[in-house]
Amino acid sequence: MTLAQAVLDKDRLALSRLLTRVENDTQEGRAALAELFPHTGKAHLIGVTGAPGTGKSTLVNQMALHYRKQDGKRVAIVAVDPSSPFTGGAVLGDRVRMRDLAGDPNVFIRSMASRGSLGGLAQTTAAVVQVFDAAGFDVILIETVGAGQAEVDIARLAHTTLVVEAPGLGDDIQAIKAGILEIADVLVINKADRPGVENTERALKSMLELAHPVKRVFRHHGQTMTVPAQEVEEDTLLWIPPVQRTVATDGTGIPELAEAIARHAEHLRQSGDWVARERARLQSELDALIQETLVSRFRADVSEKRYEEALSQVIQRSLSPWEAVRMLMNGRKG
Amino acid sequence: MSERKIRVLVAKPGLDGHDRGAKVVARALRDAGMEVIYTGLRQTPEMIAEAALQEDVDVVGLSILSGAHMALVPRIIELLKANGQESVKLFVGGIIPDEDVPRLKEMGVTGIYGPGASTEDIVADVRQSVLAAA
Repeated sequence: MTLAQAVLDKDRLALSRLLTRVENDTQEGRAALAELFPHTGKAHLIGVTGAPGTGKSTLVNQMALHYRKQDGKRVAIVAVDPSSPFTGGAVLGDRVRMRDLAGDPNVFIRSMASRGSLGGLAQTTAAVVQVFDAAGFDVILIETVGAGQAEVDIARLAHTTLVVEAPGLGDDIQAIKAGILEIADVLVINKADRPGVENTERALKSMLELAHPVKRVFRHHGQTMTVPAQEVEEDTLLWIPPVQRTVATDGTGIPELAEAIARHAEHLRQSGDWVARERARLQSELDALIQETLVSRFRADVSEKRYEEALSQVIQRSLSPWEAVRMLMNGRKG
Repeated sequence: MSERKIRVLVAKPGLDGHDRGAKVVARALRDAGMEVIYTGLRQTPEMIAEAALQEDVDVVGLSILSGAHMALVPRIIELLKANGQESVKLFVGGIIPDEDVPRLKEMGVTGIYGPGASTEDIVADVRQSVLAAA
């Protein structure tokens, strides 16, 4: 029996071993991915991102508990933490907040180091998620590294992206959050029992209103003024990210959050965005693979020696990089 | 193809709440380029074996200061075996009386470290044990 077949048979050790091979991008891992691919595409992929310390891991813990208890769904968690840029090592500590999930065979938690990748996920996170999908997990929660502005890879991978905020992160909150707000399908204000939660909520909602103006009438210097609502075409279904308050340490707001996530999934299906997102994700995956394959084929075709010759000519400025590429691609000695 | 990373689970079984040593070791292993999964305090042997399974680690490091090592370690070894992870190397650090050391080694513990052990030795031993098994 192959590793992939054992994974389909819900063998947990085989699953774990395959995840390692996929994470290390081995031949065996790739072969298994190919075998598993027809079984993917069923899970709801939920991304959880936000600044460090906003409570992502604790929130993921509560969400997993909710999906287990309320819906009886099988839940996989992929938790990504950063690798050291100097040593390549990592301390992966997300499990510390997920101890409530221990002992449940229908929950599988896997920690991943980012291994030099900068988008908030590791290079192979998408492939690891595919393995979980094929293994029959209904919900896959993907927790990114603590993210600021640019770590938006998760939006390409997940069907539903949660951006987690917490009160009291500073006055510059709006400026910082402007980038990451764009990828949020649901905004979560965690630690909502803390002072300042109203301010955070107001800031987030006003940011959202800039993107999705609602009709508003108000008096200004004695004049009645109207802000028109955003023009929406009749047949387009617009999703306006809801703002959900949670206290992940005690589970407050989790059922409401799960409901918002379910509404978003429903919206994706009705509007056709689910298909569109799948298409975009698979397309970028395909493009990346094509690129990689072309590069390795090129390396196999062009000897190291010829490459080095071209490089030294470029360094001596006797050949431009573009000419060098043309020469190498055409297989001419030059 | 990326190089193979050594994955280590650092866990604190039992009821003592002192994890300074575990954190120092976790940090040293990280600085040596390994991926360290840290589980936090008061883990049961079942939780540790489950985490080792899900994370597909090469090594499990236990920090035990409570004196319960002769109960905890055999249980963890048993559970790792039951899960098909008999190849995982086990290291124990903490307060381990000398007379228990041979018995723990007999059970299959690869390395045992007391107060004052150097993190360099631990890192070297962990790496050596994984490379030898590969």
